[in-house]
Amino acid sequence: MKDIRQIRLRVNGTEHELAVETRRTLADMLRHDLGYTGTHLGCEHGICGACTVLVDSAPVRSCLVFGVQADGCDVRTVEGLADGEELSDLQQAFSDHHGLQCGFCTPGFLMLAEAYLAERQAAGAGEPTEAEIRELAASNLCRCTGYQGIVDAVLATARARLRSGEGRGAGRGARGSRDAAGGP
Amino acid sequence: MTSVGTRAARKEDPRLLRGLGRFGDDFSASGQCWARVVRSPVAHGRLHSVGVREAAGAPGVVAVATAADLPPGLLIPVRLPLQGIDLGAFLQPVLAADVVRYVGEPVAVVVADDPYAAEDAAELVDIDIDEEPAVLDAAAAAQPGSPRLFPAGNVAADFTLGYGDVDDAFRRAVRIVETEIEIGRHTAVPLEPRALLADVDRRTGEISIFGMTKVPAFNRGVLASLLGVDETLIHVPAVDAGGGFGVRGEFYPEDFLVPWLARSLGRPVKWAEDRAEHLVAVNHSRQQSHRIAAAFDADGVITALRDDVLHDNGAYCRTHGITVPELTVAMLPGPYRVPAYSGRIRVVLTNKTPCGTYRAPGRFEGTAAREQLLDVAAAELGIDRIELRRRNLLRPGELPHRRAITTLDTDMVLDAGDYPGLLDAAVGEAARLGYPGAVDAGRRDGRLRGLGVAMFLEKSGLGPQETADVLVSSGGAVRVLSGGTSLGQGVETVLAQIAADALGVDLDAVSVVCGDTDLQPFGMGSWASRTTVVAGNAVHAAAQAVRERVTELAARMLEVAEDDLAVSGGTVSVRGDPAASVTLAEVARAAGPASKYLRPGEPAGLSARRRFDVAHMTYPYGVHIAVVDVDTGTGLVRVLRYLVAYEVGRAVNPTLVEGQLRGGAAQGIGGALLEEFAYDEAGQPQATTFIDYRMPTAAEVPPIDVLVTQQSPAPGNPLGVRGAGEGGISAAGAVLASAVRDALGLAGSVGRLPLTAARVQALAAGSTDIQPAPPLHHASPHQPATWQAARTEGSR
Repeated sequence: MKDIRQIRLRVNGTEHELAVETRRTLADMLRHDLGYTGTHLGCEHGICGACTVLVDSAPVRSCLVFGVQADGCDVRTVEGLADGEELSDLQQAFSDHHGLQCGFCTPGFLMLAEAYLAERQAAGAGEPTEAEIRELAASNLCRCTGYQGIVDAVLATARARLRSGEGRGAGRGARGSRDAAGGP
Repeated sequence: MTSVGTRAARKEDPRLLRGLGRFGDDFSASGQCWARVVRSPVAHGRLHSVGVREAAGAPGVVAVATAADLPPGLLIPVRLPLQGIDLGAFLQPVLAADVVRYVGEPVAVVVADDPYAAEDAAELVDIDIDEEPAVLDAAAAAQPGSPRLFPAGNVAADFTLGYGDVDDAFRRAVRIVETEIEIGRHTAVPLEPRALLADVDRRTGEISIFGMTKVPAFNRGVLASLLGVDETLIHVPAVDAGGGFGVRGEFYPEDFLVPWLARSLGRPVKWAEDRAEHLVAVNHSRQQSHRIAAAFDADGVITALRDDVLHDNGAYCRTHGITVPELTVAMLPGPYRVPAYSGRIRVVLTNKTPCGTYRAPGRFEGTAAREQLLDVAAAELGIDRIELRRRNLLRPGELPHRRAITTLDTDMVLDAGDYPGLLDAAVGEAARLGYPGAVDAGRRDGRLRGLGVAMFLEKSGLGPQETADVLVSSGGAVRVLSGGTSLGQGVETVLAQIAADALGVDLDAVSVVCGDTDLQPFGMGSWASRTTVVAGNAVHAAAQAVRERVTELAARMLEVAEDDLAVSGGTVSVRGDPAASVTLAEVARAAGPASKYLRPGEPAGLSARRRFDVAHMTYPYGVHIAVVDVDTGTGLVRVLRYLVAYEVGRAVNPTLVEGQLRGGAAQGIGGALLEEFAYDEAGQPQATTFIDYRMPTAAEVPPIDVLVTQQSPAPGNPLGVRGAGEGGISAAGAVLASAVRDALGLAGSVGRLPLTAARVQALAAGSTDIQPAPPLHHASPHQPATWQAARTEGSR
């Protein structure tokens, strides 16, 4: 007999109310019940980080959390980063720095970095070092890029947000400069 | 506006960054049910019975199938039959019927209303197996007395490629250098696990299969033949794919099961493997042991090369057949002048996951063996290791160089290039970037720091053909239908750049569909670094043909001669009179079915299909140089610097070429230092999670320096391109073996890859009797003075 609960949550600002089996993971619920397929499952045991979403602003591996645990929570997924077709500054930086190839791990890295940058901003922290960004990036796995583009993209976004001096924790609207593009 | 050669932004990026990519598991169909594969829990045994009653009665279960339910005699065929070797006795069945041969082999499949129920029910399938001894060591398996996996034995193939009188050359040699090296079992492990959705149209029987990538047209043919239906009833649409690297998209048992279930049940069936399954089910690769020797004359010039290789292929011959072993021995002489060569390889079957290709198949392994041999030889001959390579590399004037070897059914003709020139350029670049200084500084600080150098030959652009269609809509949008497939490399962008230039339109006007079997039925897919070369030139030809048609029609519209027209930016204008012009959209409409510009008998539409066929591969080449620190206490090898130098012929998009090289190097660091599929004595896999299968993170991969040269356009194709997919990984095992050997001051080879902590500790313990901790100037075969000289030569 399935143990089913009724829950409510907000995903990228949209209210959802649904019945979900208690053992269903947040990742499966987001992907298959609510249609947020941008959240990807790479290992289902909490190592690769491709399924990272923000639950009440904190980065969470949605493969390790049950959907019912998100009852009453505010969830953000990769689909919530862009403003329509307008990429967020972080998303644009990933493109500018060739921080993605197949794009499967990318939503996880974006959400991880988004939470990191927002947390630093809230704490009034200064510019992160490359080593700090690299340590952050070491939380997740990517099999295509060799990570340098990811590190460069997050670092460039951190710098640009500090320079602009305004709140971009929502990650909307601020386009990165194409001048930042390219390799060595 | 020229697009080829620019760092154009990727067309794939916006959708992938917004989470709008559609990967296999992102497709769903109403009324779908979920399949779960039941796999053998033991490595080797007689399958006594598969009890399904309890599973079939479990909540939500729709069906349970075993081999007895399948059409009889289903075997997955070899995609690439090579060297006339018949592997029919060693092919994998879709579901095991009598014998199981590895942990993870499919024995049954459960279908349920939801994936959780399917997984629960799969655990209720009662598999009764009489266990037999697991055969895990290839050398033992090759012995006549070994327990047998198959009635035909355990050696699926035993063949030798080569030319010249090797024995005579070894008899006459002034020096013979021999070494041994093993390459550990690891594989691609793309971040997206496999997933399939098979949706059946009950009106027509047509099946659409989402998630079949890499070689969709070939897989469609295999599936049609196994199902006994016409191929037109199978449609494989293009999807996004989360990395391929050789393993994804080959025809696996699930590629039959899922569509067969959908047809049998008359319902959409979906299947998504989990990571633990992936690590035992998807092709493994690489596991070989080499005994390699070279004969030298008094000047350190190679007179003959010999290798004897044991290739552990796991439990079956899958779709790749003997591709990996064949490429291993075919490519082993690499970029060197080898007057006589013999490469023998035995393809041995063991009770482990079957093997196939992984990025740079055969080259990662063979390059590691050959380059270790050259490092050992340099030390024994007292010649600087770079100088030894320089002496033996084929010189530009010696190319094209025909080797009396066939590989992948093509004659081997090393087409063009400057191998010593690139070696010098790489050494110069490493010097410019401070690599030798870093080595010296580290050693002065008392660190065990080593520098590795490895040279490699790649191959790319395998034919025989690729087909492309280019179509222009009545709105002027250009659509490319390519048979190349996109596995995440940026193929859409590269093909769009090629089409934009050939047709004379802006890149924004071009969209690309890769690998849809209805839209492009003649595609051969993406593998062997072939796509930019073969699919790219097909797109180039089709786009040029459209451009000719555009000119023809525009001449009629503008009532001028074709020679007076120029096409640019999507507009056809009269030279010297830019006001007299028509847009591409207007020309497309002039090609419409009721157009007055069409002549009797001319078909409507503005499009062209072209085939690019090619008999020979092209052979790119490169150099890897790395600096590592070895901690003999922890056994940890830390990669400090890493340079990939690569001749790509012509970079359609330099950013993407660099990305391929960097990503390849990162994977190579994993295979050389971290990743390995170990088995216990019963054949139980020991790496079935990402905790035990250790892929490199950003903490293990340093920034990868890249030197891409475009000095030697490929002579065999109009674009002059060489493939870029594999050069980043080809020499990764070789260069890290070289660097660790240098750091530890080993006299012989490192013996085995990956250089895990335990292996390094053992090597370090052994090396203390060979040589003390090596200050560069005494222990290293690589002398700084020579490095200095090379640096001067190589600097630009």
